[in-house]
Amino acid sequence: MSASIVGVLALQGAFVAHERALRSVGASTLQVRIPADLDKVQALVMPGGESTTMSKLLVSSGLFDVLADRLHDGLPVFGTCAGMILLATEVLDGREDQRSLGAIDVSVRRNGYGRQVDSFETDIPVTGLSNPFHAVFIRAPKVERLGAGVEVLAECEGVPVLAREGSVTVASFHPELTPDARLHEQFLRHHSII
Amino acid sequence: MQVKRGLAEMLKGGVIMDVVNPEQAKIAEDAGACAVMALERVPADIRRDGGVSRMSDPEMIEGIKAVTTIPVMAKARIGHFVEAQILQALGVDYVDESEVLTPADEAHHIDKYAFTVPFVCGATNLGEALRRISEGACMIRSKGEAGTGNIVEAVRHLRSILGDIRKITQADSAELFQWAKVLQAPLPLVQEIAETGKLQVPLFCAGGIATPADAALAMQLGAEAVFVGSGIFKSNDPAPRARAIVEATTHFRDADILAKVSRGLGAPMTGIGMDDTTKFAERGW
Repeated sequence: MSASIVGVLALQGAFVAHERALRSVGASTLQVRIPADLDKVQALVMPGGESTTMSKLLVSSGLFDVLADRLHDGLPVFGTCAGMILLATEVLDGREDQRSLGAIDVSVRRNGYGRQVDSFETDIPVTGLSNPFHAVFIRAPKVERLGAGVEVLAECEGVPVLAREGSVTVASFHPELTPDARLHEQFLRHHSII
Repeated sequence: MQVKRGLAEMLKGGVIMDVVNPEQAKIAEDAGACAVMALERVPADIRRDGGVSRMSDPEMIEGIKAVTTIPVMAKARIGHFVEAQILQALGVDYVDESEVLTPADEAHHIDKYAFTVPFVCGATNLGEALRRISEGACMIRSKGEAGTGNIVEAVRHLRSILGDIRKITQADSAELFQWAKVLQAPLPLVQEIAETGKLQVPLFCAGGIATPADAALAMQLGAEAVFVGSGIFKSNDPAPRARAIVEATTHFRDADILAKVSRGLGAPMTGIGMDDTTKFAERGW
């Protein structure tokens, strides 16, 4: 599987930080901005950033529908923060015209943890990791409902912050902002990409 | 620090738009802005009106916060730490310690470590950027020349900052002492750049962007996101221009997309040359 390429959605947001983390655990990466880029990848990371901006750019670039098809066909995807919002079935406090891909059965509230002055960082235990993970929450989305098929991999104060359903993994926080790439590694190993 | 610096990572590849009222804030968010900068007058009007330019009225900032769901930034005068305290109390997401406003202190910038809200500061060269970082800035933007619609100064500043970073990566360890002296910047920060080849915080472009091509030029030169001030709401038809600049900032290397989004946008802001201009960029120390 050494030929696998992991795409990083590069419309807006922290995509460079994700590429750095993915490369540190041995993955080949490609920035995805148009449908032709998406054709070349076997997995995708959707970064943090501004979800309303990304939603518009997904539509204008023509990526939205082809990405929805790939997700339906089981493309492994890891969405963090805004990426989680874009993958959710339901977005609370979003814009009326904001589109989400509905790939994982969760309801998330945009900025559910508050504004920048409420942003925080904390250590959380994660299923499958021997030591806690240092999680950075920035204007983070909050999970308010989970579908029956969604597995919770980590919680913070009783609220799910890392979850997986089938080929879709989502996090409320930013694993790309710390040097610790264990969650990227876990995602890639889970899908046998590394 | 990760929390303070992290928000700048989230703004990368995006467009931060100056807005002076809730209606403009809606237009900016509808166009795909990743954040808005709330201020009372865009730089072009500050330039025209003269007088002392200060932090915006809290009521106006609250009004913009109420209608937008994206991050809201606001400007404090250079050295005016009380304006910054007020902005933090208002819950703004970012403070711009900005040369566009009239400086309040002719020797000192704000001690930005004293705040939980992150700060962006302008710079014309690497030394200035590193002094602001040493004071706790979480993002650096080129100063450019705000309110002119003329990209030439922003290009000069980006080339100076990024060019010196490239040179420092080629310097030997003895030369780094000289670089720190010449730049009037802390040696450890210079040594860190020699090792990593990049600035410690994200580098954005501001000051003079008026067209989608300007935004893409800044990105290709190495800026990681763009601020657009007067360039949108001083143009003939702000909404389509705002959308086009958002597209151009994402697809900054794709000339076909740039050609497509640059069409039929109406007249950009008129702009002014540099000869007959008071330079805001000279403010800051």
